[in-house]
Amino acid sequence: MSEINFIWYTLLPSLLEGAVITLQVIVISIPAGLIIGILMAVGRIYGNKFISLMCTGYVAFFRGTPLLVQLFILYYGLPSIGIFFSPFMAAVIGFSLCSGAYHSEYLRGAIQSIKIGQMMAARSIGMNRFRAILHIILPQALRRAIPGCSNEIIYLIKYSSLAFMVTCVELTGAAKIIAGRYFKYMEIFLVVGAIYLIVVSIANKFLNGLEKKLRIPGLEMGK
Amino acid sequence: MSETILKVQDIHKSYGDLEVLKGISFEVKQGETKVIIGPSGTGKSTLLRCINQLTPPDKGCIWLNGVELTDHKVDINKARSSIGMVFQDFNLFAHLKALDNVLIGLIKVKKMEKQKATELAVEELRRVGLEDKASSYPAELSGGQQQRLSIARALAMNPKLILFDEPTSALDPELIGEVLEVMISLAREGMTMLVVSHEMGFARSVANEIIFMENGVIIEEGPPRQLFSRPKHKRTGEFLNKITELYGESGK
Ligand SMILES: Nc1ncnc2c1ncn2[C@@H]1O[C@H](COP(=O)(O)OP(=O)(O)OP(=O)(O)O)[C@@H](O)[C@H]1O
Ligand SMILES: [Mg+2]
Repeated sequence: MSEINFIWYTLLPSLLEGAVITLQVIVISIPAGLIIGILMAVGRIYGNKFISLMCTGYVAFFRGTPLLVQLFILYYGLPSIGIFFSPFMAAVIGFSLCSGAYHSEYLRGAIQSIKIGQMMAARSIGMNRFRAILHIILPQALRRAIPGCSNEIIYLIKYSSLAFMVTCVELTGAAKIIAGRYFKYMEIFLVVGAIYLIVVSIANKFLNGLEKKLRIPGLEMGK
Repeated sequence: MSETILKVQDIHKSYGDLEVLKGISFEVKQGETKVIIGPSGTGKSTLLRCINQLTPPDKGCIWLNGVELTDHKVDINKARSSIGMVFQDFNLFAHLKALDNVLIGLIKVKKMEKQKATELAVEELRRVGLEDKASSYPAELSGGQQQRLSIARALAMNPKLILFDEPTSALDPELIGEVLEVMISLAREGMTMLVVSHEMGFARSVANEIIFMENGVIIEEGPPRQLFSRPKHKRTGEFLNKITELYGESGK
C-alpha cells in the first residue's frame, strides 16, 4: 500500500512536474533551433564573405565543443560579464544554439543539392535573391532536410536531460532528486526511460508523418 | 519598320582568362524571331544570360525597349520579369504543381490577386495544351509537357521578349515536335523571340534571321534562305550542313 502511495503521491507528481519542464524546453528549442539553422545555412551559402564567415564560425563552435561546456558557459560563465540567465533560459538558449548548428549542416547540404537552374529560373521571372530563396529554394531544401533535421530533433529530446546540469529541474533532474532521496534508482530511472521513449516515439511518428505529407514526386532525397 | 525591342551592343564576357564573348552586337525587332546557332562552347548560353543580366557582361550595353539594362540604376528584377527565359533542362519549380509554377511569378512578382492570377495562369496552360495537367508536379510530366509548362510560365509574365536556350535538346526526338509547335504558334502570333536552337526546320519556317556564332563572335547574320543558299563565310555553310545532317529538319 505504501508503495502505491509513494508512486501516486510522491513519484508521479514530481516526475510530471519535471516532464512538463522537459516539454517546455523542447517545444521552445526545436523551432528556435530550426530557425537558427535556416539562418545559418542561408547565411553561409548566400551571405557575403563576412556573413558567411560568421555563420561558418558559429557552426564550427557549436558543433566542435561539448554541449555541456556550452551550457556551463551560458549559466556559470556569462554572469562574470554581467549576463544572467535563469536555469530554464540557459537550457533553452543552449539547446537552441547547439541544435541550430546541426540543423544548419543538414540544410546546407540540402540547399546545395538543389540545382543551380532553380535559382536561375526564379531570377528569370523577376524574383530578387531573397524571394527566390524564400519561395523556391527553401521549400525544396527543407523537404530534403527533413530526415536529417528529424534526427537532430530526436537527439534534442534526449539531450534536453542535460538541462539538469545547469540546475533546471526537468524530467531527469526531478527523477534524480527523488531517486536519491528514496534510493530507488532502478525503478525510477526505468520509468523515466520509458517516458523518454514514449516522447521520442510520438515525435518520430509525427516527423515521419510530416515527411510523408510533404513528399513531392521528384523531390525525394538524393534526387 | 517595326521598332527595336532588344539592342545588344558590343557585349564582352570573360570567365577568368577565358574570353567567352568578344564583342557581340545585334538587334531584335518587335515580333521578330531570331535563331542563334553555333558550336558547343561558343558562348550562346552565356549571351542569353548576359541579355537578362543573370550574368552581367563585363563590357557593353543591352537595351530593352529603350531601357538600358546594363545601367546599374535600373531595377533589374523588374526588367527581368519582362524577359521570359526557357531553359534546356526546363528548370521548373520542382515543389510546385503545374498551375503554381505559372502562378508564382504573377503572385509573388507581379503581386496580382489570387483569383485574377489563377484565371490568367489557367489561360496560359491552355495556350500550351496543358489545361488538364494543372495539378501535376513537374516530375509527373513528360519532357515535352515540362518544356511547354516552362513556356507557359514565361508567357504568364507577359514578356516583351522570350529567350530560349536550346529548348528541345534535352527532349526525346518524338517529343520535340510538340514543343516546336508551341514555339511556332508563338512566333506566328507575333511574340518576339531569341532562340538558341539547332532545329533548322524551325529556323527555316519562322526565323526572320539566323545568327551564326563561333568562338564568341558573330560570324554571319541573315535570313535563313540566304544563309542556307549563299552564305558569305565558308564556316557558316560548313556548320549549317553539319547540323542539318545531325538534327534533320524536324519541326517544319
Ligand atoms: N559560370 C561559368 N564559369 C566558368 N566558365 C563558364 C561558365 N559558364 C560558361 N563557361 C564557359 O564559357 C564557355 C561558353 O559556354 P556557353 O555555355 O555559353 O556555351 P554554349 O555556346 O551555350 O555551348 P553549348 O552549345 O554546349 O550549350 C564554355 O567554355 C564554358 O565552359
Ligand atoms: Mg548552351
